[in-house]
Amino acid sequence: MMFLSFVKKEFLHIFRDPRTMLITLGMPVAQIILFGFAITTEVKNVRMAVFDPSHDISTQRIISRMQASEYFDMTQVLHTADDINSAFNKGKAELVAVFSDRFDENLLRAGKASVQLIADATDPNQAAMLTAYASNIIADYRQELLREHRIPFLIEPEIQMLYNPQMKSAYNFVPGVMGLILTLICAMMTSIAIVREKEVGTMEALLVSPLRPVWIILAKVAPYFTLSIVNIISILLLSVFVLDVPVSGSMFWLAVVALMFIIVALLLGIVISSVATTQVTAMLASGMLLMMPVLLLSGMIFPIENMPVILQWISNIIPARWFITAVRKVMIEGLGVSYVAKELAILAGMAVFLIAVSVKTFKIRLS
Amino acid sequence: MISCLGISKKYVSVEALKDITFEVPQGEIFGVIGPDGAGKTTLFRILTTLMLADSGTATVNGLDVVKDYREIRNHVGYMPGRFSLYRDLTVEENLNFFAKVFHTTVKENYDLVKDIYVQLEPFRKRRADALSGGMKQKLALSCALIHKPAALFLDEPTTGVDPVSRKEFWGMLQNLKRQGITILVSTPYMDEAALCDRMALIRNGSFLAIDTPEGITAQFSKPLWAVRSNRMSKLLADLRAGDGVESCFAFGDRHHVTLKREEPGRLREYLANQGHQDVEIDRIQPGIEDCFIRLTMP
Repeated sequence: MMFLSFVKKEFLHIFRDPRTMLITLGMPVAQIILFGFAITTEVKNVRMAVFDPSHDISTQRIISRMQASEYFDMTQVLHTADDINSAFNKGKAELVAVFSDRFDENLLRAGKASVQLIADATDPNQAAMLTAYASNIIADYRQELLREHRIPFLIEPEIQMLYNPQMKSAYNFVPGVMGLILTLICAMMTSIAIVREKEVGTMEALLVSPLRPVWIILAKVAPYFTLSIVNIISILLLSVFVLDVPVSGSMFWLAVVALMFIIVALLLGIVISSVATTQVTAMLASGMLLMMPVLLLSGMIFPIENMPVILQWISNIIPARWFITAVRKVMIEGLGVSYVAKELAILAGMAVFLIAVSVKTFKIRLS
Repeated sequence: MISCLGISKKYVSVEALKDITFEVPQGEIFGVIGPDGAGKTTLFRILTTLMLADSGTATVNGLDVVKDYREIRNHVGYMPGRFSLYRDLTVEENLNFFAKVFHTTVKENYDLVKDIYVQLEPFRKRRADALSGGMKQKLALSCALIHKPAALFLDEPTTGVDPVSRKEFWGMLQNLKRQGITILVSTPYMDEAALCDRMALIRNGSFLAIDTPEGITAQFSKPLWAVRSNRMSKLLADLRAGDGVESCFAFGDRHHVTLKREEPGRLREYLANQGHQDVEIDRIQPGIEDCFIRLTMP
């Protein structure tokens, strides 16, 4: 009863502060939409090179079509296969089309010819788009041939992604945004809310009450726990219905992973709040120690495999890294729970450690 | 009942409290009077279990502030020096919340806070940060009282409150005292000291004296003279320079003076020689502030 009225009070604080409302409820939607739509790079005048050993009528027609499109700028004609690599390395091309030998001949005789599209996939979203556009142009040409000859020719665009062959971060941002938002709400908002009571002086009044300090903390945490769950649900709904990123694995295990991470993040918030004495310190501490690493080191934006070894080591201690990996596996790749056992175990270990730390730093008195 | 035995507390480099010993029987209003930084808040925090003393023991209602801190928290009301209610909650929500936190309801102890809360009633839907200083303080007192505490700790409750509200506030304390509540109250205002049953003068972490207001003023051993003339600022300098003058302090529209030999006639002569006119010298009863200043004189 006492606990519930405390939680109710906590919700009132949140509902009455427009800024908190904006951060806790507006931010997730804004981020998903930003990452989903606004941060898709427009494909226009992309530098492209061709390696065309057959140099026949078909390849010429395909190349001129590509050149005519607004998407591609033909910057270079390569003469040997070795030039392909150097074109990428020197940044002269982001996409290279490699036609097979005797393209036209194969097409007309065997009804089948292949073209290889090689893209720089360091920016996986862009690479996916480039190859899709190029494939479309090739498919158009095929349609045209079909009309001319009434024979179903087959041109196989063979796509190769350089540098990031598995296109790992194609759907990265949904798990990434989940990790970011949960860190923000659970760790940052919670620590600020607890420290606010210290800073404003209400903690003094609360401590001189029969309310056990443990319950004070739990009551402060409860609303943010609830909000986190609301946010996970809304992020998932947005990603499924707006961004077409489906949940391909088990919903149950996705929920387990999310709950586990929420607990870890809340504990982080509690630990920060027991050290910080002002809201500003709490915000800076959670911002610098949690948000930045989540953004930069969790694999959300930069693939962990591409990081220097030291940063890879550091990324190991970032809870969001394990959360994002686990969500990617369960949600995007649709893998079973046995594949995320390691991540779950690590998160559980972190939770146990943080419980120990927060019990240790817990204060029943002021200062 | 509150008792304190040899309480000391040191911060990094400052000794906040030095060997504080005193006792407050049940149903007494005990004032802790002293300037900012004297150690009042530290003392209150130790007694309300919010802070640990370096040495010494203290009990509230017979309960040890260290060992029985959890039990004490059921029986004390504390009004911290800063306004410590939720500014974004309404008057009513604040009161209900603190009632719940102390396992009670506003209804149950309404008679205790009635006199105070009646004045807040018209604003009960108003947020706490939109209240005036006096109203805020009444709300804070209501919240500290809502669980019918045996002992009430009020840390500078009237700082920043207008004189009318201050007077009202002390009236409320007298009512609470009649209901048997022990009240420990600190204030930097000397005029409020006279309203306590007993009081302690505190300075730099030490109690200078513990007595009733009358007892304190009776300790003022010398006759006290109030002096004024047509040139007040020059008067202060002249008095301090005068060789028959022992001490002199500015007190509003008069200067309070003690003399080495009780010869006010001589003083009048001296002041006339210094060019003062309309000189008035009257014997007055010393107040708490005079005593405080005298006690802290080198």
